[in-house]
Amino acid sequence: MKGKRMFSPEEAIGVVAAQSLSEPATQMTMRTYHFAGTAGIQVTLGLPRIIEIFDARKELATPTMEIHLDKDHQTVEKAKKVAENIKEVKLKDLVTADMLDMTNLEVICKLDAKLLKELELDIEKIKKAVKLKKVKVDGTGNELRVASMGVDVKNLHKLKYKLLELHMKGIKGVTQAIVNKDNGEWIINTLGSSLKKVQKIEGVDPYKTTCNSIFEILEVLGVEAARNSIINQSKYTLDEQGLHVDVRYIMLLADLMTFSGTIKAIGRYGIAGEKDSVLARAAFEETKKHLISAAIRNDEDDLSGIVENIMVNQVIPAGTGSFDLYGDIPKVPMKPAAKEKAEPIKAEKPKVEKKTEKKAEWKPKAEKKIEKKETKKPAPKKTAKKK
Amino acid sequence: MLLGIRRLEGDCIVDITKHELVPKHEILKDAEKKAVLEKYGVTESQLPKIRSSDPVIEMIGAVPGQVIKITRKSQTAGEADYFRLVVK
Repeated sequence: MKGKRMFSPEEAIGVVAAQSLSEPATQMTMRTYHFAGTAGIQVTLGLPRIIEIFDARKELATPTMEIHLDKDHQTVEKAKKVAENIKEVKLKDLVTADMLDMTNLEVICKLDAKLLKELELDIEKIKKAVKLKKVKVDGTGNELRVASMGVDVKNLHKLKYKLLELHMKGIKGVTQAIVNKDNGEWIINTLGSSLKKVQKIEGVDPYKTTCNSIFEILEVLGVEAARNSIINQSKYTLDEQGLHVDVRYIMLLADLMTFSGTIKAIGRYGIAGEKDSVLARAAFEETKKHLISAAIRNDEDDLSGIVENIMVNQVIPAGTGSFDLYGDIPKVPMKPAAKEKAEPIKAEKPKVEKKTEKKAEWKPKAEKKIEKKETKKPAPKKTAKKK
Repeated sequence: MLLGIRRLEGDCIVDITKHELVPKHEILKDAEKKAVLEKYGVTESQLPKIRSSDPVIEMIGAVPGQVIKITRKSQTAGEADYFRLVVK
């Protein structure tokens, strides 16, 4: 923002941002399609996704990754090979039939030979991958035999289910990996995400690959990347619904969410719940809880915010309300009665004394105040409007 | 700096500072830090924070108390400078 387009000092930008975002949000609730898929993968979009982002949810409904490939892997075949290495394979995906041998207390799994070849797996690799305690693994050809040591028949079933859920290949949690072409480049879209592990897989371009979990980005790439991700994803979700919000408002929101170095939700459990003022918190949500705890703790409210001042019917510290007149006391013309008291000060500056008719220089104390206010105060109001 | 090296050689082979999403992070010298605080008329604690456990901070080896200058590629202003204080 430069020159003319800048907001004026003390303008309540938080409120403007809140309105600019919540108007399209109300539009969104009226539209029913919240899901859209790219070639088989269903991704949460629309209002549920927006809520997910701004509430800083850790568990997403549909965690996804967008994996970019390096220059050497820009063909369909190679991209598919990479995708195979990423998609999780459990033992149950490889088994055609499983049986329980009650006399020997064994679990017998018949494996799909064709699939094994495709996935570049063999019985030896599978035997190694079976890492269970108190178990004897044996197998030849396409048959895997797991004998349990000192387990009765009842628990043999449990063992079987444990066995079938075992991780064989790929990245844990990635249930789908689909190769797509996007802007002339082969990419892999996945359902399930693990950014850190995917970065190390051969053929993946670790400097472009992203995921939709903001907390994961925070952990792997840091706050600044998380901030960028919040902006990109909320902008994408809004644009995708045909709603256009100026990025600056989303940027303001993202800055606020990442202010403390981690990601804070907007709303009761995040920024709005951590305001200094008791009255402001009580005005938002859970009024009784905040008032009672404030009474118990003997909290004070210095009425420095906006909501508090509206409640007590005073001029709010925003816009023109945040300016005041301050005088430079020694230079103010003194009344005769006050003259005696002020004398010691005047004695130091005899020249000023002679020109008492000169009017005092008034100084509005605006500049320093602005910086403090804009960072925190106006923002929490937006959630009040949204919810 | 020691921290950064350990991270590079250890479990993290990927240099995350080269990632698309990660803007440039620089450690400010004491004089520069003073100038920044003076320019914006704020105290250290009023600056936005960044954790010392943040992967980028571990990479460049900054310690709590230092101020990091972040050169963001802004969608609206070309490039924008942002400052964060390293905290524990």
